[in-house]
Amino acid sequence: MKVLTTTALGLVLAAGMAQAGCGIEGGSVRILANDFDALGLVISEAEACAGDGVTVEKNMTTEHKALQVPALTVDPAQYTVAVVANNSIVPLLNDDLVRPLDDLVEKYGQSLQPSQLIKIDGQTMAIAFMGNGQHLFLREDVLEEAGLEQPTTLEGILEAAQVIRDKGIMEYPLAGANQAGWYLGNEFVNTYLGYGGSFFEPGSAEPAISGEAGLKTLAMMKAMYLAGDIAIINQWGSMVNGHVDPDGPAPQIGEATVLAAAPTVGGGDTPAAALWWDGFTIAKNISDEDAEASFIAMVHGIRPEVAQQNPSAATWLMKDFTAPDTAKGVLGNAKAGAKPYPMSPYMGLMHTALGAELADFMQGKESAEQALADVSAAYRTAAQEAGFLN
Amino acid sequence: MRHRDFAAFILPSAFAMVLFIALPILSVAVQSLFVEHEQVVVTVESCGPFGCETQEKVDTQATAALRAEQPLGRFNGLGTYLNRAHLAVDEIGVILSDNDGFGDVMARIYNLPFYKALAFTLVYTALVTPLAMILGFAVALGVNNIPKIYKGPVIFLSLLPYIVTPLIGSLILFWMINSDGVIGASLQWLFDDPELSLKASPTLTWVTLIVYGIWHMAPFPFVVFYAGLQTLPQDTLESAMIDGANRWERIRYVVMPHLVPLATFVGLVLMMDNFRVFEPIIGFSSEANATSLSWSIYNDLNGQVDQLFGSAAATSILTMLGVIVLLMPVLIRTWREFNRKAH
Repeated sequence: MKVLTTTALGLVLAAGMAQAGCGIEGGSVRILANDFDALGLVISEAEACAGDGVTVEKNMTTEHKALQVPALTVDPAQYTVAVVANNSIVPLLNDDLVRPLDDLVEKYGQSLQPSQLIKIDGQTMAIAFMGNGQHLFLREDVLEEAGLEQPTTLEGILEAAQVIRDKGIMEYPLAGANQAGWYLGNEFVNTYLGYGGSFFEPGSAEPAISGEAGLKTLAMMKAMYLAGDIAIINQWGSMVNGHVDPDGPAPQIGEATVLAAAPTVGGGDTPAAALWWDGFTIAKNISDEDAEASFIAMVHGIRPEVAQQNPSAATWLMKDFTAPDTAKGVLGNAKAGAKPYPMSPYMGLMHTALGAELADFMQGKESAEQALADVSAAYRTAAQEAGFLN
Repeated sequence: MRHRDFAAFILPSAFAMVLFIALPILSVAVQSLFVEHEQVVVTVESCGPFGCETQEKVDTQATAALRAEQPLGRFNGLGTYLNRAHLAVDEIGVILSDNDGFGDVMARIYNLPFYKALAFTLVYTALVTPLAMILGFAVALGVNNIPKIYKGPVIFLSLLPYIVTPLIGSLILFWMINSDGVIGASLQWLFDDPELSLKASPTLTWVTLIVYGIWHMAPFPFVVFYAGLQTLPQDTLESAMIDGANRWERIRYVVMPHLVPLATFVGLVLMMDNFRVFEPIIGFSSEANATSLSWSIYNDLNGQVDQLFGSAAATSILTMLGVIVLLMPVLIRTWREFNRKAH
């Protein structure tokens, strides 16, 4: 034990010495991020750059979305780095709180791939390091017992669920996240994208969800909802580890779980799941020295070796990353042409309206037409207040 | 006390009240009259790991210029108060002019978020306030009559629901009524219905929230009434006994009149508290079936990426007006009594 501790300590010290500063001359790195394992890994790598006049602080919290705008609005900003995703970058862009990174990429970004750069109007505004999205988690043992093939469409899933139930293997073979609020809105976004729907009239903030695709989406969501729980689920790629972990609470289930791309719907070939990326932005209201230090530390945190050493932690976007089985789902979605979650400035308002107004429909209290009309009306009220509509 | 002494005595407290209560309320009221600037949106190409596409984006410089011109935002008057998320005058007009009878009108008005929240808030206040007072009174009478050595522990146990943080209390109950929880599973067994869930049906959700509210609130009237019972004039009580009054008559004609002033105070406080019901809605995740005015404010400020300050401010002002309207009868009565005593 003692030997082990000493060795570990030695390794930590050696690692610390070898990496102290990461070539940063000085400055303060202050990171705000969501709280899940893959991000923790990247941030702890970035923290290794502390020392020699460089300080690295972090705040990982699920409330990061509520903090980021006020914290980056003050000058100097409270955080130099905001770790964001497709949806949470939007308020930062709307208020002009993050800086273009092109010159920093040119100077210090040799390890980055072109596809990692989030370019808006030609300017690099964020660096993505992992992909995410919901995809299928299937219990192979249950499917085999029922004599079924892997379903690839939402309709196929419903049929499979029916077979599993009829054969008495499970009462509720399907799971989805349908709690009122964000998750309910998200189910709609996924399925609606699968039907090829668009949320707004082209080039305007007018809602456009009340058409046929919207009605079909709701009918499908209702059918999925009624089918109940658990041999087949559409779940976040970043949660793979928790589900298939051999040291987890149910290793035999983990072993029998297979991962596949999200299903298609309505005869289309677009997976019914939005694609997400997680990446980092650098605040605008900070000194150039801090911005440079932050950029170098974060690039150090997402260097290709981090992905290679932790292949199952996330669907990494870094160079030379050979995706293991655990990354199959998200990559399958991307390959099959899944649509990214819209980065439009008013998508957040739409998502909130969907989450709030679809609950009545899911409970059978109102018609699909009425539900979509309510969503449009609620969205329009909010968009008017936010200054997107008149 | 001389006026000058009184003024000097009250000044620090008055100053704090202006600073921490009056000014924030004023700022909320001002905020509710404004909405955000028109956002200048441009279409650009955006690229990422999943390819490129055209997407809208806020032209931050043009929007910032608009902002600098009018730092408060666009003046909207009472527009926010009247829109669909609040009083919904236009929508109500449409509903009233074109409907299939009273039931349809009620259903469609209830479908509007503000009225949905108001309906639950009013029902909750109207039921929890009197029932919690009755329960608290009954417990106080009971505790008053038990032997002295048990009193300490019994009072502590009776106070527990009030001591437990509402969020924790409601979460614990939420888990218990879950279909795997002890109450949920027992009910399913009792009614022999495996699909029975207190969380899925709107009516049962309302009942659960109201029962929880009574349980949580009852200790407050209990403590106040129990304290009041200690000041009960024993000689009046004894003469009532000599006059042959039974237990119920003594409660009705001696105890209750003695406690009326306290009941007014307790009712006032309970009504204000209940009208602001919030934690149980979060604890029970009951947004789909029951929302309250306070929950609407929270929801506006806790949007996914955007915060609707004007909307939240308008709901806050409407909530305050609601509290004033509710308390008006009691306030008028207190004012009259004060005047009567003064003359």
